[in-house]
Amino acid sequence: MLNPDLKLNEKMFDRDVEQVSIRQGFGEGLLAAGEKNTQVVGLCADLTESTKMNLFSEKFPNRFIQVGVAEQNLASVASGLAAMGKIPFISSYAMFSPGRNWEQIRTTICYNNRPVKIAGSHTGISVGPDGGTHQAIEDIAITRVIPRMVVLSPCDAIEAKKATLASMDTGTPVYIRLAREKTPVMTTELTPFGIGEAQIFWQSANPQAGIIATGALLHRALLAAKELEEKGTEVEVMNLSTIKPLDEETIIKFARKTGKIVTVEEHQIRGGMGSAVAECLAKNFPVPMEFIGVDDLFGQSGTPDELIEHYNMDTKSIIKAVNKIMKR
Amino acid sequence: MEITDEKLNKLKERANNIRISLIEALVIAGSGHTAGSLDMADIFAVLFFHTLRHDPKKPEWPERDRLVLSNGHICPVLYSAMAHAGYFPVEELKTLRRFGSRLQGHPHRDFLPMLESSSGPLGSGLSQAVGMALADKIDHGLTSERRIYALLSDGEQECGQTWEAAMLAGKEKLHNLIAVIDRNNIQIDGYTENVMPLESLSDKWRAWNWHVIEIDGHNIEEIADAFETARAIFGKPTVIIAHTIAGRGVPEFERDYRWHGKPPSKEEGEMAIKELRTLGGKIKSEYQ
Repeated sequence: MLNPDLKLNEKMFDRDVEQVSIRQGFGEGLLAAGEKNTQVVGLCADLTESTKMNLFSEKFPNRFIQVGVAEQNLASVASGLAAMGKIPFISSYAMFSPGRNWEQIRTTICYNNRPVKIAGSHTGISVGPDGGTHQAIEDIAITRVIPRMVVLSPCDAIEAKKATLASMDTGTPVYIRLAREKTPVMTTELTPFGIGEAQIFWQSANPQAGIIATGALLHRALLAAKELEEKGTEVEVMNLSTIKPLDEETIIKFARKTGKIVTVEEHQIRGGMGSAVAECLAKNFPVPMEFIGVDDLFGQSGTPDELIEHYNMDTKSIIKAVNKIMKR
Repeated sequence: MEITDEKLNKLKERANNIRISLIEALVIAGSGHTAGSLDMADIFAVLFFHTLRHDPKKPEWPERDRLVLSNGHICPVLYSAMAHAGYFPVEELKTLRRFGSRLQGHPHRDFLPMLESSSGPLGSGLSQAVGMALADKIDHGLTSERRIYALLSDGEQECGQTWEAAMLAGKEKLHNLIAVIDRNNIQIDGYTENVMPLESLSDKWRAWNWHVIEIDGHNIEEIADAFETARAIFGKPTVIIAHTIAGRGVPEFERDYRWHGKPPSKEEGEMAIKELRTLGGKIKSEYQ
């Protein structure tokens, strides 16, 4: 059952569940951050509307910098602004930032210890028709490996708004993983949020396995849990929206309680959230694991649903992974 | 501002002392970049002892000018200038590149927080300086007296990011931004015009709406004048293309790209310091 303490959206399993894009949540969060703190500045590389930074740029034109299609410059200019006390948010498609400008993020932001917030939109293969060049499925791996970087992967628009606002005050570099398409809203304004805090969205008294999901795929993980329960298999589902720093305590506790873990993410299996969980559990409390994600392949054109099914990240695949791990 | 003969001679002496200290540090370190460090000594002397608005006793003074060294590999000259200006003891230069030293092989703010930026990978310093200038413009508009200095190598004019930054600075009309290019014509693999022709550099910068000044990078008076002019230019950023002689100050090292990335041996260092200390008897040095 849904965790009542988290005040989640009780209509999340309805057919007409409200759907909002995660990038929209970022746009609203940045606008709220800009209203709260005059030191917040926004920079974009020619994708202002696509990344929803337009909500900020229209309200605060004097605190917005359009750098053009120049992602390397985007990152390092933000570093310079941060050196002068600003709190810069930079946005682009994740393939280009943190993709193309990884070294500038590593050296001029993280090595330099400048609290720049990097919003990468259009992650996952559910970017859809644009095809594989624009589907960032390596971004978690390349950001979490950099010292000082905080990595956030909100599950819906409301959590993205909270994550964006919270990132303003960390004093560290932060990567915020966003997605293009509209996805079900699972949380509410009342759902608690804290960077570094994993939450159990679906609870069970006697779980036979645990699912740890991040991003919008969490919804499919919850659907899988519901369906499994109806068929007599009880699982718990965790929303892991902070991938770094990892909430090791909650994850270890979760592994102790569930005994078997399936991770679910719209990202390469290698180096992603599942790898981060495995690093933690292999050291502290090894349990059998299955990994739902892209298995060392590039994306392609298609509708989000087609692609999620093709790359074995749909509800059916999650259920299959749970059934498989139960036999291990 | 007219520069007096006395000041001129003092600055020449400063440059000489910066060179001597950096040679000593490189010899002890046993690795590091000699040519660019030597040829930028005159410009660093003018900056640290004449042009920069800064206070070595209060490195965090918020109103200070900012200096971003983009080509971090010539940090021996930065460290030497900082030490002689009083940021830290000159003696500390001897720890260059050692384990635990504040003077890392390429500048790192974690170890020496008074640095404006960590640097090493070429091509990203100008972008950071542009960000600083933009922040200053957001806070103080066009009235700001603060200047942001970006020191660049000629080799990093081959980096696309340099031009991304140049374009943005031109678009934003950052009058508070002054870039200096060390035009010494060498890089690791050889002479720049053989590795990747850069000329005409001045036309390229003008095309991005920059004011361009070309100077003899070893003429103290020209250097000081160029900074003075740059401070007065309004409505666009200024780039000073400083024509320098790689390895300047030690004839045996001059104009030879092989000195880009190696330190002098003990014997070469002694020879170099002897030359720098006497310099035809023209300069009185504190070591004499």
